Amino acid sequence: MIWFFFIVLSVFTVGGGLGVVATRNVVHAALFLLLSLLGVAGLYVLLASTFLALVQIFIYGGAIVIVLLFAIMLTRSREYPHISDNRQWPIAGIGALAFFGMLVVAFRVNNPVAQVRHHVEFTDLGRSLFTEWALPFEIASILLLVALVGAVVIAREGGRRG
Amino acid sequence: MITLAHFQIVSAALFAVGLYGVLARRSAVLILMSIELMLNAVNLNLIAVSSYVESSVFSGLIIAIFVITVAAAEVGLALAIVLRLFRNRASVNVDEIDLMKW
Repeated sequence: MIWFFFIVLSVFTVGGGLGVVATRNVVHAALFLLLSLLGVAGLYVLLASTFLALVQIFIYGGAIVIVLLFAIMLTRSREYPHISDNRQWPIAGIGALAFFGMLVVAFRVNNPVAQVRHHVEFTDLGRSLFTEWALPFEIASILLLVALVGAVVIAREGGRRG
Repeated sequence: MITLAHFQIVSAALFAVGLYGVLARRSAVLILMSIELMLNAVNLNLIAVSSYVESSVFSGLIIAIFVITVAAAEVGLALAIVLRLFRNRASVNVDEIDLMKW
């Protein structure tokens, strides 16, 4: 049964990714991306990381896909229903396949002996985040603030240099 | 029994797909989507390893949370840059943006 879910979710994940890089329509690419991200969230559930699955659905499925759709709508280009790829796309495909082969070999060579799956409670994760990882957490919040201010400054209409 | 290696293979496939997208696509928005695929592959790998290997401080899970944070910041900034680019050049194709190329 768990194999069935794993295979279905893997097909969603990788198939959605292939849809993103293969489709000719930008809006379809965003919807394929959503499918892939939800597949990854399902794989997190299989890995007993419920919290990360929720974060994945809220932030990726809810926020990032919407922001990308806004980017598509605000930069409405005539080419969007039928975009084209670079001329050197076969080289890109060969490079990506070679990288995949390298990763698989690397995972085979350096395979940690691990069979037990651990379930992590929300409370343990939160305690760890606010004790051992408190400083990185604060730095991440400053990073988000800086990115927000920077995005507003870059995208703002007008300004001194037009 | 699903082992760690299966999750790693899925993650490697997703990363390779994203890499192909970054290299082959012309539109900046689609390159952004492919970068999101690659970040998700990395997250999947981190969480798979952290779920199979014992750790007292949950390094994999927490680093995955930070990756999601940074990805959100990156998408916001990239959207601003794409909007600016479209306003100035009326195009978001990265091969037409060659101002700094010599």
